[in-house]
Amino acid sequence: MPNAQSKTSLNPNVFTFKIGGEAGFGIMSAGLNFAKVATRSGYHTFDYTEYPSLVRGGHNVMQISVSKDRVDSQYATTDFLVALNQETLNLHEHELIEGSGVLYDSDHNIDVSHLPSYVKTFELPLTHIIKEVNGSMVMRNSIAIGAALALLDGDLNILKTLIEESFGHKKNDVVSINHKACQIGYDYVLKEHAGDVKKILTPISGFTFNPDAPSLLLPTGNEAIALGAVASGMSFASIYPMTPTSNILHSLAPHQEKYGFVYKQPEDEISAINMAIGAAHAGARSMVATSGGGFALMSEGYGLAGITETPVVIIEGMRGSPATGLPTWTEQGDLRFVLHAHQGDFPRIVLAPGDVEEAFHASMLAFNLAEKYQTPVVVLVDKFICESHSSVAPFDYSNFKIDRGKLTLEKQDGYKRFAPSPDGISLRTVAGSGNHFVANSDEHDEIGYSNEEIENRNTQMNKRMQKLVTCSAQDMQAPVVYGPKDADVTIVSWGSNKGPILEALKVLPNVNYVHITWINPFPVEKLKQLLDNAKYLINIEANFSGQMHGLIKQHTGINILNNFVKYDGRPFYPEEIVERVKGI
Amino acid sequence: MSNLVESLSNSKTPNVPNWCPGCGDFGIWSAFKLAAQKKGWDSSNSAIVAGIGCHGHMVNFVQITAFEGLHGRSLPVASGIKMANNNLNVFSFSGDGDSLAEGCNHFVHTARRNHDITLILHDNAVYGLTTGQTSPRSPKGYVSKSTPAGSVEEPLNPLTMAIASGATFVAREYAGNIEQISELLIAANEHRGFSLVVILQPCVTFNHMYTHYFFQKNTYYLDKTHDITNKLHALEKSMEWDLNKIPLGIFYKVESPSYEDQIPVLQSGALGMRNIEVRNISDLYKGFA
Repeated sequence: MPNAQSKTSLNPNVFTFKIGGEAGFGIMSAGLNFAKVATRSGYHTFDYTEYPSLVRGGHNVMQISVSKDRVDSQYATTDFLVALNQETLNLHEHELIEGSGVLYDSDHNIDVSHLPSYVKTFELPLTHIIKEVNGSMVMRNSIAIGAALALLDGDLNILKTLIEESFGHKKNDVVSINHKACQIGYDYVLKEHAGDVKKILTPISGFTFNPDAPSLLLPTGNEAIALGAVASGMSFASIYPMTPTSNILHSLAPHQEKYGFVYKQPEDEISAINMAIGAAHAGARSMVATSGGGFALMSEGYGLAGITETPVVIIEGMRGSPATGLPTWTEQGDLRFVLHAHQGDFPRIVLAPGDVEEAFHASMLAFNLAEKYQTPVVVLVDKFICESHSSVAPFDYSNFKIDRGKLTLEKQDGYKRFAPSPDGISLRTVAGSGNHFVANSDEHDEIGYSNEEIENRNTQMNKRMQKLVTCSAQDMQAPVVYGPKDADVTIVSWGSNKGPILEALKVLPNVNYVHITWINPFPVEKLKQLLDNAKYLINIEANFSGQMHGLIKQHTGINILNNFVKYDGRPFYPEEIVERVKGI
Repeated sequence: MSNLVESLSNSKTPNVPNWCPGCGDFGIWSAFKLAAQKKGWDSSNSAIVAGIGCHGHMVNFVQITAFEGLHGRSLPVASGIKMANNNLNVFSFSGDGDSLAEGCNHFVHTARRNHDITLILHDNAVYGLTTGQTSPRSPKGYVSKSTPAGSVEEPLNPLTMAIASGATFVAREYAGNIEQISELLIAANEHRGFSLVVILQPCVTFNHMYTHYFFQKNTYYLDKTHDITNKLHALEKSMEWDLNKIPLGIFYKVESPSYEDQIPVLQSGALGMRNIEVRNISDLYKGFA
């Protein structure tokens, strides 16, 4: 966590709420409830969680950026800190700024005496309150959120509704005890500190929350990807659990019967991708999801899908690597890995969405691209995007059409599965259609029979690789430019860095941002044009070696001299981007 | 025999098998084609999958839609096919290196899930395609390029392992018994659930121990006194391996719902043959605000 250099916030329009405590305190669900109270009061939020691998126990923290306008990132300063233990205070007190509030458990021996005078502290005797309602320790966060709402002028009834929604299926007294607990927390701090209330969560006048048709949703990247897959007609998913993408399978598994798809938990990632390939061979829209370590196991299946021309969508959520690495932290270190994994050359399409909304649309699009080009499509995301909730309008996919490409389920006369075609795409069919073909991991002829002859090899390789040329012309999306057309400084980046960069641009008027979302095929011409026209370039990415930096150089010949990389497992913060750009 | 000859000519592809003369794969190939002919297995109702090894060339010589996958991975591909189209007869050809070394994990898990597929395990107790190394089926003491002083490892027993792992149809044949293999493959396919058919197969080039003569002399058929529904008896018989004492036939067969039978989504027809349409996800938004 970077030090807050100044004791003011970078963007006074964004309020940062943070809650921390030991693993098992329900920090994440408490934080999410806070974010939902904000959403239901008409605010935008973005949240970011930090937690270690749970086997070690330890410190969990969730921070929520709240704003009247769209907000796309966490910030390095904290306006309101809820400390359920001393460690939370120790780890985060340096983030406190002029006017920050600290709500702490005064029954937990938390020492706040050393905090600077510009920080306001609010004690909350959580153990006493729990005894008073005859509740249990897991209610600490309900009480704390109730008290925080009081100090931030939030609507306690929304929290009570959320508690009902969470516990409604349990016995009624669970709901009523929690209701009583959060009310006591709320009343306790108001009685002592009525004069310290800040109008941060005051419900926006004229805004009405409609539970049946909410105007803003709060999904994570994982959830957006799962929703995109369901919307896109996905019919088969085999996913072995792995942080940070496990929540994709959690989001899919309960809805199989209603939507008519199969989620299968395989024995390992090797099996996962081979099952998905088998299902696609028999006509299913198939997907897998994993992180870098699981993708390492999938590497052999990745190329198998390539040479057998079998469509499969691969979600790769990056975390700090190599090996087990930083399992619960973020990184963008697998860019080159997904571009080069597996022996030899085969066409692979790699998309890198930059936020929750882009993740949803990339997920939908990936299924069309996989079937159209009959090849694996990777959606490359990271822990930061996968696990952060972000306010988005309900996804608009009204213009999306299912495109299965050249596909027949009917018996064809003289059918040749791998017949050459100028666009590289042959007429595909599936097992069970009555058409004989061999999907062959060996190099093969037009039917699929093993064939190692020179002319056949060249024909089939050229045919497969031609698909990328076709894709470049028909589907590839150019980088998107944010900020002024003419700028003194142009930031080049990709993936989840988008959010912190957009927040930084809010205070950097003469800076723009080139956001790359297609990694392969790569938008060479358009990017080169944008970079050639820029006055000063800075590349930002979250890996040691500057993997995108090298890719840009390889494709365009442009060597970006200012290369800002980070590989500590934490996402970029707007503050450090602003500092870096101002230092130019 | 006319039936056999007819089936051989009807099911063949333009490709000439490249197995060594005398290879056990010829017998398995013939038996499969004979069964296909008898039961009408073709590209409209069946799919075959192969791993890597000499057995894998099978995909080039049989007129049924095939997937030749990677070494050891035929079972997950076959499972995927079956889940996407549970109307298909799904056959997975594999070898002892393929299913018991590289793919042993998949072997165990496919058996425990009872996917409704038939695994035809070409068991020649040697790596043939890579020119003669010790396999997980090679006996202790086996001399090969990889174990010049003789293997010090005990062989795996796929029958025992399959029964212990939850397979519901476990059988063994010898590659020379073409008509019997053919009947066994039909029975295995008709069984709902995971069927393992091990075929003892000479590698005429690299295994000079397990020859046609060896198998013809030392195998015998389990008789009616063997209760195929008794797991302990089946396990006991599966461990029998001695001179003149190598049992063939069905060791174990019990009725149990297959994986596909238990998945509600699969009860309304083949997943992979359904129309793919944009789904309305509005109902999933609940809980996201």
